[in-house]
Order: sequence, then C-alpha cells, then structure tokens
Amino acid sequence: MKFIAEIEVMPKKEILDPQGKAVKLGLANLGINEVVDVRIGRHITLTIEAVNESEAKAQTAKACEKLLANLIMESFQFKISAA
Amino acid sequence: MKFGVIVFPGSNCDEDLYYVLKHHMQQEVVKLWHKDRDLQNCDFIFLPGGFSYGDYLRSGAIARFSPIMENVFNHAEKGGFVMGICNGFQILTEAHLLPGALLHNDNRKFICKNVFLKAEHNHSLITSKLDLQKAYQIPIAHGEGRFYADNNTLQELNANGQILFRYCDAQGNVSEASNANGSLQNIAGVCNKSKNVFGMMPHPERAADTLLSNTDGRALFQSIIEMVEA
Amino acid sequence: MIDNTITTLETAKKLGLLEEEFEKIKIILGRIPNFTELSIFSVMWSEHCSYKNSITWLKKLPKDSPRMLAKAGEENAGLVDIGDGLACSFKIESHNHPSALEPYQGAATGVGGINRDIFTMGARPIALLNSLRFGNLKLDKTKWLIKGVVKGIGDYGNAFGIPTVGGEVYFDDCYNVNPLVNAFSAGIVAIGKTASATSYGVGNPVFIVGSATGKDGIHGAAFASKDISEDSVNDLPAVQVGDPFQEKLLLEATLEIIGKGSVIGIQDMGAAGIICSTSEMSAKGEHGMDIWLDKVPTRQANMKPFEILLSESQERMLIVVEKGKEKEIQAIFDKWDLNCAQIGVVTDTKRLHFYMNNELAADVPAIDLVLGGGAPVYQREYTEPAYYKEFKKFDLNSIDTTQDYKAIASFLLKQPNIASKRWIYEQYDSMVGTANTNTNSPSDASIVNVKGTDKSIVITVDCNSRYVNADPEEGCAIAVAEAARNIVCSGGEPVAITNCLNFGNPYNPEVYWQFVGAIKGMKKACEKFSTPVTGGNVSFYNQSSYEGPVFPTPTIGMLGLMDDPTNRMTMNFKKEGDLIYLIGESKNDISSSEYLYGYLGIKASTSPFFDLDKEFDVQNTVAEIIKKKLIASAHDISEGGLFVTLAESAMASKLGFEITTDKNFRKDAYLFGEAQSRVVVSISAEMQTEFEKILQDRNTPFSKLGSVVACDFIIDGEKFSNTNESALAYNNVLHELLEQ
Repeated sequence: MKFIAEIEVMPKKEILDPQGKAVKLGLANLGINEVVDVRIGRHITLTIEAVNESEAKAQTAKACEKLLANLIMESFQFKISAA
Repeated sequence: MKFGVIVFPGSNCDEDLYYVLKHHMQQEVVKLWHKDRDLQNCDFIFLPGGFSYGDYLRSGAIARFSPIMENVFNHAEKGGFVMGICNGFQILTEAHLLPGALLHNDNRKFICKNVFLKAEHNHSLITSKLDLQKAYQIPIAHGEGRFYADNNTLQELNANGQILFRYCDAQGNVSEASNANGSLQNIAGVCNKSKNVFGMMPHPERAADTLLSNTDGRALFQSIIEMVEA
Repeated sequence: MIDNTITTLETAKKLGLLEEEFEKIKIILGRIPNFTELSIFSVMWSEHCSYKNSITWLKKLPKDSPRMLAKAGEENAGLVDIGDGLACSFKIESHNHPSALEPYQGAATGVGGINRDIFTMGARPIALLNSLRFGNLKLDKTKWLIKGVVKGIGDYGNAFGIPTVGGEVYFDDCYNVNPLVNAFSAGIVAIGKTASATSYGVGNPVFIVGSATGKDGIHGAAFASKDISEDSVNDLPAVQVGDPFQEKLLLEATLEIIGKGSVIGIQDMGAAGIICSTSEMSAKGEHGMDIWLDKVPTRQANMKPFEILLSESQERMLIVVEKGKEKEIQAIFDKWDLNCAQIGVVTDTKRLHFYMNNELAADVPAIDLVLGGGAPVYQREYTEPAYYKEFKKFDLNSIDTTQDYKAIASFLLKQPNIASKRWIYEQYDSMVGTANTNTNSPSDASIVNVKGTDKSIVITVDCNSRYVNADPEEGCAIAVAEAARNIVCSGGEPVAITNCLNFGNPYNPEVYWQFVGAIKGMKKACEKFSTPVTGGNVSFYNQSSYEGPVFPTPTIGMLGLMDDPTNRMTMNFKKEGDLIYLIGESKNDISSSEYLYGYLGIKASTSPFFDLDKEFDVQNTVAEIIKKKLIASAHDISEGGLFVTLAESAMASKLGFEITTDKNFRKDAYLFGEAQSRVVVSISAEMQTEFEKILQDRNTPFSKLGSVVACDFIIDGEKFSNTNESALAYNNVLHELLEQ
C-alpha cells in the first residue's frame, strides 16, 4: 500500500534562526511591518510503500531522525495519509 | 560617465569594485546606500557581489525589495545601464530585470577558483572591445551560480544575442568539462533584450590589478568606458 | 537581593569549582555567594577565561619588541606596528569542542569569534587562515566532521566577506574523536584609531549591541541550578548558530562608531558573555558598573539573571561611550538594522551590580574575577611520560636501506597530509578584498597586500604535532622555525606570533609535561627569531577517555611583513634549464617523517633533526639572496622531504626536475627525510657564479641538486613519474576520499 508522508522540519524554537531574522527585515522593506517573528523550515513529502500506516509511520520517523532533520538543532513533525 | 556601486547589507565586493573603477580605471564613482532612493545622477549602476541579507531565503530575493531598487527599475526602464556581478546578478534575476535564475552549483558546494570565459559577440557595451578568440581568465566565487532558464527563454536569449559569456577552457573550448558550475549551455553572463542591463557570475574586478598577476578583467571595464566615451 | 539561594560546596563542585576556590569566593564576598554569583565565578575562573593552569608558564614567553602596541593578554588581540602609521591586529583561537559536537556551526562560530576579536580593536579584518586536525579519513565520522567544518568555515567567512588565504590540515588517528579547529584572523587599523577593552568615566552609558541574547552555552551552569525544571532544560540550545550576515553588519557598525571617536571601551562577547566583558573592561579601567539585566534584548522569554550573564550568544558587543553620545550610537546601529540597548552605567565602585527589575541579583568586585586580579593561579605537576624515552631509542639502522623509492614517492604524493588541499580551499572565498597576491603566484606563506600601500602582511599557521608529540620542546621550536621559514621563503620578515595551544587534560602530569616542553621550545625559538608572542588561546581537555589525549598541538600563527613588493618570492619553478639548489644540510634522518610513520608504519621515533642556530643562518641567507634578486623560486622542505618539495615546485608550473642524490647519505633519508632548516631554490643559469659566491661567503651549507626540465621527475637518471600524472593524483586524493 502507498502512503504519503507530509513532513515539516523546523529549527528548534530555542535556536537562533538567522534566515528567519533576515526575511523579517525584508518584509519590513516591503512595508509589511506587522510581522513579529519569522522562522523558516523545510517541507518534505515522501511516498512510501508499506503494509500499513503504522509501518509507514515508523519508516518516516526513522527517515526524519537519521537524515531529514538534524535533531541537535531541528525538530520535525509529520502526517501520514493513504496515497 | 559616473558610476554608482550599490551597497546592500551583506554586500562584500562593493569596495573591490569601487577601488578598481576609481584607482585602476580612473573613473568617477560613488557608493549608493540601499536605503536611499537617490541614484545621484549616476549613468551606470553596479550591483556588487556579496551575500545581501545573508543570501537567506534565496540569493538576492530580499535585496530586490530594498528601497533603492525602485529607482534602479526606473533607471533601467529609461535605458540606463545596470550591471550585476555575482550576487548582483542574482538580485537582477530575482528582480526580473534579467532572464533566468541562478541555482545551486551542480556539486552543491561554494566554488572559488579561476575559470576561463569567452565573449559571445561584440554587440554589447560590456563585450564591445573583447577579443572573441581569447579565453579570459576571471575568477568565480559563488555557491549559487548555475544559470537556468526554460527552453523557450534559452532559444530567445541565443536568438537575440543576450548571451554575453560562456565558460570555456584555457584554449577557449566551450565544453562540458569547462563548465564551472553546471550552467545551461555554459552560460556565465547575460543581458536583457534591450542590452542595457547586464549580469555575470565571474568577478572581473578580481582580475584588474597587476599586483594580483592577472588583469584579464580590465578589458570588460575598458569596453564600457571606451564605448560610452566614443 | 532577589537571588537568595544559599549555595553549598556541592553546587560549587557541580559548577566545576574546587573546594579551595569556593572558600576563596566566600572570603572575597565576605559572605556565602548566591547561585548567580557562584555561576559568575565559575565561568570567570574557568581555564578559558582565567588561564589558571597555564598562565605561570605563558608568562615565561617573550612579549616585548619595539613594534608591540599592546601586551599579550591586555587586549582582545595582539597589536603590532607595521609602519607608516598602521598597525596589524591578529590572533588565533580554537573552537575544538563545539566543532566536535556540531562541525558546521562549531567551525562557523569559531570564525565569527576570532573576527570579533579583531574588529573590536578597531581593525578591519583582511585575511583569515585556519589550522585543522582530523582523524583517519577512512572513517565515516571523520568525513562528516571535515565536510561540516569546511562548509562552516566557508559559509561564515565567505558571507562575512574576508578571504581565507591559507591554512594547514593534518590527519592522524589521535584526532578521531576530538578534531581541532583553530581560526586565525588579521586586520589593519590606523594607529591612534584603535579601541580598547576598558571602561571608565562615572555615568558613561553601557550598551549591548548586535544579536539578542539566548540561552546559548550555559549548560554547565544550567544543570547545576537547583530550580531548573524539565521544561527549561528543553529550552537550552544544544548548538550555537552563527549568523555571518549579522556579523558583517556588526563589523561595519562597530568600525563606524569607533571611527567617531566617542567610544571609551569595547569588547566582544564570546565565552562567558556579558559577565566576561563587564568584568574585564571594568577591571582594566578600574571602575564599576550598574547593569540592568532586564534591558538586555533576549531571544527567549523569562531568562534568569545567571542565564543572561553567562550566555554565549554570538555576534554581540559591549560598548561604553561618552555620556551624551547615546543618540550617535543609536543612529549608527539603526542604520545597520542592529539591536542597540543601553543596559547600564559606569560607576566608581569597582564593583559590578547586576539588577533585574530594579532588584539586585548579584554584587561582585570586578578585579577578583579576572586574570591578574583575584582569579586563581595554579602550578601543575608534570612528569616525563614513558613513551618519550622509548621514542628516543629509534635506530635508523633498523630500517632496511633497500626500498622501492618510486613506490614511496607515489605513496607520499597521495598521502592526505601531503596531497593538495584543493577540495577544501576551493570552498573558501580566497580572493574577496582583491589583496591576496597568492592566487596566481603561490608562496610558502600567504602574502596579502595592505590596500593603498606597497606593504603586505605575510602570514602562516604551522605545527607538525607529530614532531611535538615525539619531543615537545624541539617539536614546538620547529613549529616556530617553520612558520618563520615560510615567511622568509615568501620574501617577508618574521615579526610576531600568536599561539593556539591545544593539549589534553592539564591535570594529567604527562600531558602537562608536554605543555611545559612546548612552551620552553616556543620561548627559545621566538627569542631567536625576535618574534614575541602577542597572545592567543589555550585549549585543554582535547582528549577522549577511549583514545587518550590528542597529540600536543601548539599551533603557531606568525605575522611577517614585506615593505618592498619587489621582494615577493614564489615557490614554483619558472623555466626549463634553471638550476636547482639545496640550501642547508642533508642528514641521515627519517625520524617522524611521513615516510617512516605513514609508509613504513613505524610510529615511535623522535623529532627530526633540528638546530636553531643553523636554521637562523639558513633563513638569513635565503632572505639575503631574495633581496639581491638572485633566485627564481624558494620552497622549504617539510612533510615528505626533498622529493615532495621538488614535486610541488614543479607541479605548480607544470614543469619537471632532474636531480642527482648524494651518495654520502641513505637514499631514503636524502629524498624523504624531514630534517629541518632546508630550502630548495631555483636560479637562472646566469646567476650561478654570484649565487654560489654569496653562499660561500656566508658559510651557509648548500649543494647543487640538478635542473628544471620540461615535464618529468628524474632522479639519478631514473624517471619517477611525470608532472601531469603526479598532479592528477596529488590534486584529486581528497576529492576521491570525500566524494565517494
């Protein structure tokens, strides 16, 4: 069975996000001054062949922990749905 | 002829470019602060290399909205000269003043080294005085310099003579092996259709001083100055 | 006081303090410290800030020269008069432990930190170098570390916009767990426009500028804090993230405010953050400060006083300006879109009062926190390790003299310690600033022009830690000598050094013996070359419980000067037919060579032959023949011996060489031995008579080796290889090992 994993990898909230900080400045240049904070992460989509949802979950978690996120500085969350 | 070099937050080749124009090419040149709007009557506006806004999000994406850019657009629209080198080129593509986009190098790494360039033709201000047979040794220093455009755009660029430079080897051969970063068709520099806005990834200002044992880059500045004065 | 904690010896120990130190704190304060105060003492009396385990030996190093504008340790970096009203500020610093944890950010923040040390002096950085040590390149962990470290250095330095113009990289199993990342920066400032790390003038405002403060680098203290909850542990960033964009803006804003002339004192915030800057500046200026911690811009909510004080968040500075100049500093930092907050005032109390929401959180005397004031100083025990005598027993005659020389030659050119570091240095912007003259004409040391003058600084970082391990005193003297030799071979004059002392645990007497030996060797060599020590950094505890200490690695960063650009000397052969000479003596010596250690696998031998007086003579002779314009190239003999030196000079110009070995020496020692104090030069044939006469007159030993040829490496009539083949192998080894 095919599943889609929608993964979101974000810099941990306590970690400085220089990219988000610079983008906030850029938004101000555009006249968008109401933005209080910007944090930038990555969205990753995996299509997984698995027998059931829980196996797909396990595979996704492993992919995130081992490769897709650097757990020292990033956190991840994901949603699994049938393809 | 008055040159202006825009200083964005994170620009770091502004001083090098200013120095070459002023001391080696003996030109009138001023620095323009990105938060100002006044182009100070400059005829030729340079967007220098560097990491404007840290190159965060996408290279050039944030600088493109700096206050001074509004008048850079106006200047270009009226036929005024604008040229981006490296990060400046990235800003001009983000601003859609130049076609295409500059993607991560094919080896996914920052590359700083000498490369060779061949001018495509003599029908632009920058290349007007260049020797079409010569391989010019000009350094690159970028992480995102792989020129990309869709097929239609590429065809147009070729047809309109908008391609200025291609990467080649020391003998002037344009080949896969001499492609510094995986750019489509070895493209290292382009201009807009009306040939008043230019962009290139290599740094001619880093090859303009006898002290550095390479002055190949001077020919580009010489082209600009001689053409305009003529 | 808002912090009413009664601390105990147990808490003090958790913070890394000794019992005697806890007692000393109670005497200084006349009471038991609260937790905030105890944290303050623990970081200020750490080795990093106080040099308590090293300062008695560091003080023995030579510090004086007429060119010194700041004494070692007095400012954030050394300051050397380079003539014409200009000074060079330079320093090297380690970031080993952060790089071992997270190589990308660890190395990046190392580059950030060393540059702040330079521009806080008012100097604009113009060149960066780095000295790196990694473990076995076959290990995945090593590959991960080197890729991360190189990308971290590149991404930070490239965006900051200062060229990385040189460096050194070595690989050895002893660094498998604990890599070394040492970053060097040099900057230029007009004399009289420098800034100082001081504070005085009652009522003058104290500002914090740059990034907001987060809970970075406060683990030790945080875990010792009793009232820390589960949640707040999760709030502790495991990694400090560097922001080179912020640093670039901070550089421009800082130089702009210093240029206005209203800065009383300024210090960057690195290790130990606000507490370090406030106490060191106050102690130096013999004043006090009232600081309102709630005014500090923070990145995380509800930070406690000790967290704000100890935070090591990057890209921040503390600035004291003249009262009345508040608007001026605010305007400059607004222009550069940087935080700028007044957080306190200078007082005459000589004490630091830290307030949180108008309540006193800590009250400590500034002088008692700092080196040279109340910080403890220890004499550590040291004993000679058993291996030292074992290594001395190495007998050259135990090595078979019949070797496959071609195989050795080919092996050496592909040894990662010797092979081209192109895979690394092409990731660094080495050309921004258009002052690095080496891009198109390579030299043994990096030559960087001081823009607007004919003058260049000539800089290098050197340390063969295998030699230092074999014999700390001789090995460290060799490191200094090699640095000087590289500068001399490039046409420069050695002027001063900075050092980065990477050692194991100082409480291990055998490690401390290595430290003491290295200092003795550095002292005698620095005295010989008249290159005083301007400062630097000590990094202890570079060891893992599994692998023992790393090789003692006292990295030497040396500054040289070249006033006359016509003295610039390059290392590449120039044309066919030029004659090749060796200046210095050949020796029957292969000790600690890459040949013995890497090829034959014999790890126990002493340091290579070295004689300080002979070295000095060779360098003076080389300097003279360069000034007399007699030679076409100069390249010193180091790792891999004579053969590798010749090959490098040949490959750099796509030429070859033909030489004859001297039958009075073992051929392996002649070609691959690493005896010191030797330089290979090439000369135009018409210079031969004059060249030989000068060397004879000076009584410097020399011998004619052969000549430059078109494209082959020919030794005793036998073709070893050709330039193209060798260059292909030499240039691609790291790429092949790292890009599989």
